[in-house]
Amino acid sequence: MGHDDTNTDTLPARGVSRRGFITTGVTGAIGVAAAAKLAGATTDAQGAAIVKAGEMVAVTLMVNGRQRKMLVEPRWSLLHIVRDHLGLTGTKVGCERGECGACTVLVDGVPRYACMALAVEADGREVTTLEGLMTGEDMGPTQRAFAEEDAFQCGYCTPGQIMAAEGLLRANPSPSLDEIRAGMGGNICRCGAYAHIFKAVAKAADLKRQGR
Amino acid sequence: MEPTDRYYWDGPAPETPAQSSTPAPWKDTTIVGKPVVRVDAYDRVTGSAIFPSDVVLPDMLHAAVLWCPHGHAMVKHVDTSAAEKMPGVRAVLKDGTPGTNIPWFQSRGFSSRLFDPHCRYEGEEVAAVAADTIYQAWDALRAIKVEYDLLPHVVTEEDAAKTDAPAVRDGGNVPPAGRPYERGDVAAGFASADVVVERTYTTPCELHHPAELHGCVAKWDGSRLTVWESTQGVYAIQNSVAAALNLPLANVRVIGHYMGGGFGSKLSTGKYSIIAALMAKKTGRPVRLFLTREQVALTMGNRPPNTIWLKAGVRRDGTLVALESRSRGTGGAYAGGGSPDFLIRELYLCPNVRCENQDVYINAGPQRPFRAPGHPQGAWALEQMMDELAARLGMDPIELRVKNVPTFSQSRGGNPPYTSTLLKECLVDGAKSFGWTEARKRPPAAGHIKRGVGVAAGMWQGGGGSPPSTAIVKLFADGSANLNMGASDIGCGTKTWAAQIVSEELGVPLDRISIEHADTGTTQFATPSGGSKTVPTESPAIRAAAIQVKEQLMAMAAEQLKVPAADLELRGSEVVSKSEPTKKVAVGAIGGFRSRGVVVGVGYRGPNPSGKVANPFAAQFAEVEVNALTGEIRVVRFLAAHDSGRPMNEKTYQNQVFGGITMGIGFALTETRVMDREHRGKVLTQSLHDYKMPTALDAPADKSVVILDPHDTEVNTTGAKGIGEPATIPTAPAIANAVFHAIGVRLADAPMHPVRVLDALADHAGAKGRKRG
Repeated sequence: MGHDDTNTDTLPARGVSRRGFITTGVTGAIGVAAAAKLAGATTDAQGAAIVKAGEMVAVTLMVNGRQRKMLVEPRWSLLHIVRDHLGLTGTKVGCERGECGACTVLVDGVPRYACMALAVEADGREVTTLEGLMTGEDMGPTQRAFAEEDAFQCGYCTPGQIMAAEGLLRANPSPSLDEIRAGMGGNICRCGAYAHIFKAVAKAADLKRQGR
Repeated sequence: MEPTDRYYWDGPAPETPAQSSTPAPWKDTTIVGKPVVRVDAYDRVTGSAIFPSDVVLPDMLHAAVLWCPHGHAMVKHVDTSAAEKMPGVRAVLKDGTPGTNIPWFQSRGFSSRLFDPHCRYEGEEVAAVAADTIYQAWDALRAIKVEYDLLPHVVTEEDAAKTDAPAVRDGGNVPPAGRPYERGDVAAGFASADVVVERTYTTPCELHHPAELHGCVAKWDGSRLTVWESTQGVYAIQNSVAAALNLPLANVRVIGHYMGGGFGSKLSTGKYSIIAALMAKKTGRPVRLFLTREQVALTMGNRPPNTIWLKAGVRRDGTLVALESRSRGTGGAYAGGGSPDFLIRELYLCPNVRCENQDVYINAGPQRPFRAPGHPQGAWALEQMMDELAARLGMDPIELRVKNVPTFSQSRGGNPPYTSTLLKECLVDGAKSFGWTEARKRPPAAGHIKRGVGVAAGMWQGGGGSPPSTAIVKLFADGSANLNMGASDIGCGTKTWAAQIVSEELGVPLDRISIEHADTGTTQFATPSGGSKTVPTESPAIRAAAIQVKEQLMAMAAEQLKVPAADLELRGSEVVSKSEPTKKVAVGAIGGFRSRGVVVGVGYRGPNPSGKVANPFAAQFAEVEVNALTGEIRVVRFLAAHDSGRPMNEKTYQNQVFGGITMGIGFALTETRVMDREHRGKVLTQSLHDYKMPTALDAPADKSVVILDPHDTEVNTTGAKGIGEPATIPTAPAIANAVFHAIGVRLADAPMHPVRVLDALADHAGAKGRKRG
C-alpha cells in the first residue's frame, strides 16, 4: 500500500519499521538531521523517539526560492506537501514507491524522488520543482528544449523527466549520450519518448552553455 | 467474427449528418504535415496543464479503495466500525451501504455489484473511505476488518481448461468458442505446399501502466455531477456514470482536458468513478479518488496472453498456400482473451486459411483493449513464421513478404480493395534506408556478442476512422479562431494537428487559435480516442468546419467588394479577388463580419467510401546484439517504415512511432505479468520493479522513421490514416527475427528474457542440465 501506517498503538511493529527507515533507510547528514529532529535533544539515531500520528513537526523549506514554514506530520512525504499543501501540482504522482520518477524534484540541486523523501528530511533544504525552473511566465532552458524536441507525449512523466535532466546538467554540463541515458534511467516514460528526450537533454545542455 | 475497429465504443454509434460539400483533397500544404511544436507544449512542460489528478477543489476529500488481497475469495463480513470513528473520516462504503447496490457491467451478459462479495481476482473492490487527508483515508482502510472465505483459484490457461478446475464463473471456465474463420481448403493447401512449418508461440500478459493513475475527482452541485477523469473519452465516461447512477446525461459533465496516458486502459471508466460520486453525494464535499499503482496493475486491464499454434505452407517460389492457427487466450475473470488472428487472415495473400480462437477464464483482472488488441500477439507468431519459411526456402525475408502482398482485403466480405496500401514500399524502401542487404551479409562476429538484423511487417485492422464526428470553428472579428471538439488528446498531439488544419484552411497562425475539447458540458460528441482513429475520424470534420467559416466569410466579402464569392480567395489575412487582385479586404475589415463579431462553422464527418476499406501498413527493421554468455539482448538500432496516409505533423508522427517501438521492445524483452499459481493466485509483479517497462537504458537512441504517404484521396478529405497502433505491431517479431539472425535460435516465447535465451542456446547446442521450466 502506498502510504505509511502510523497507528502505533495497535500495530507496534509498524512503528519499529518506520524508525528502521529513518535510521537505516536514509543516508548521511539528512538521516541524522531528521532523526535528531524527531528525537528532540538527543542526536543518537538509535534512540530516536516515535512521534505519534497527528503530532506535527515544524519544518522550514526553501521551495523555489521562497521560504515555507510548515507544520507537518513526520510521516508525510515531500511529494504530499509539495502537491497537496503547497499546491505545486507540476510534480506528479506515479507510483509512490520510488519506481517511476514522475515526482522527481531537486533537493539542494540533486534529483530526488519526492515520494521517497519525508517532508522532515527536507527541513532547511532547498527544494526545486518544475515551477521553480520558470522565470515569471518564461520557460527555463531545459523546459524549452523539451518543448522544441517534442520530448513527451501525454506529458505526465515530463515534469520528473525535466527535473532529472536539470539535475543531470547541473552536475554535468556536457553529458555524452551514454551519460544522458544513465542520468535519465530513473524516469519511466510509458509513451516511450526516450529518443526525443535524449535530444532534448543535449539541446538543453547547449542552451545552458550559451546562457539562454 | 467480422473484423471491427469499433472496440473503443460498445454499441452502435450515431451517424453525423453529411456535409453539404466535399472539399477536394489537399495538394501541397503550408502547415499540415509540418513538424511544428505542439500547441500545448508550454502547458505540458511548465506544469500549467492541470491533469485530473491535479484538480484541487475547496473542501475536497481524499478517498481510497480497499481491495481483496486474494486470488479468489468470498467476502463474509466487513467490519468498518473502527474505521468510521477515526479522525478525519467522512464516508465509508461497503456492500450493503445504502446506495451501493449498483449493477456493474463486466462483460456482455455478465454483471456484478459495486462491492460484490464474490471476488474473482485479487484487486476487486471491497470497501472505500473518504477522509480529510489521504493519510487518514489509508489509516481508516487499514482499520477495516474483512473476513474472507478463501476459494480455490486458477491462474493459468492450462489449469483453467482442465475439467476439474475450480470454476471462475458459473458455466465453467471455457466459454463456447466462436465459429472458426475459414476460407478455401487448408488441407488441400498444405497438400500443395513444398514446405510446411508449424510452431507454437506464446505471448505475455502485458500491463498498460499509463503514467497517470486511473481515477477522478467528483463534485455535485445539487442534482448535477461533474467528474474530472483521466480518460481517453469523456462521452464514454458520461455514458457509464449516468447509467450507473440513473442520471440524465445532461446532469453528468465529464472533463478530461489532459490525461496521463491510457493505451486503451482508459477507454472506459472503473468502479472508482461511481464510488467517488457516491461519497461526494453522501458528504456534500468534492472527492478525489485515484487508485494506487498496485491497483492499476491488478484491475485496470491488460493485454491477454495468447498461446498460438500456427502452421504455414508455402511453395518453392515463395507463394503462400495455406495458413492455419489455433489460439488460446485469457482476458481474466470477466473478459475474452482477444482474437490474435487478424493478421493471419489478412496480411498476406493466401487462398486457404483457417483460424480458431478459444477464450479461457482465470482468476485475474479483466483485460482491456491494449494498443492494437490482438495484433502484436498475431504478429509475434505470423512474422516469425514468415522469417522461418524464408530461411527454409533460402529466400530473403523481404522478398518472401513482397511476393505475397495483397491489394485487397481477403477476410472481409466482398473482398474490398484498400483505399491505399504501401505495404510493399514499407518493406522495400524501409530495407533500403536501413541498409538491409549489407547488414544481412555481414559476417558473424567471433566473440560472444552476436549481432543480427531482422524485419517484420504489419497492418492494423482499424485506423480508417468513421463517423460520427462534429467540430465547430469560430472565427473572431480580429481573425483569431477557436476550435471546439470532443476528442481527447491522449498524448498523440490531437490538439496540435487539429489547429494545423484550421490554420491550413483559414490562414490563422497557430498562436491565434484556441482549443476547447474533451468536455461533455461544452464540446461536441466524440467517440473515445483509441483505435488509431482520432486523426481519420476528427480531421475531416475539423476541415469541414473551417471551410464552412471560409464560405461565410467569402459571402460577406463578396457583398462588400461587389464581386462574386467564387472569385474570392483567402490569402493570409486578406480576402482577394482572383481576377482583379487589387480588389481585396482584410478579414477584420469585412463589415458584415465586424458587426456579427463571430462566424461559426459546423463540420461533420462524412461516411467512409463504400466498397473499400482503409488500413495503415508498416514494416520495421531491428538490429540487435545478443550476449551469448549472459543471454541479454540489446536493441541497438531500429527503423520503421509506415504508410498511415498523410502525416498531420511529422514531429508527433515520429514520436508516436518511436513510442510504439519502445512499447514493442517491452513486449519482446521484459514485460510480463507473473502470477502465483501455487498459493493464493496473487499477482507477483505488482510493482514497477517487478514489472519491467523499458527505460532510457533499454530504448535505442538510433531510431528512424520512413514516412510513406500514399496520397490517398479516397480514405477521407484529409488523406490521413491512424499511426498509434500500427507502430507497435511488428516491433517484437522484428526483434525476434534479428535475434534468430544473430544466434541461429528461434525464441517463440515472449518476452525473450536472458534465462530463455540461455536455455534456447543450450538446447540448440545439445547441452543438458540447464533446462529451467
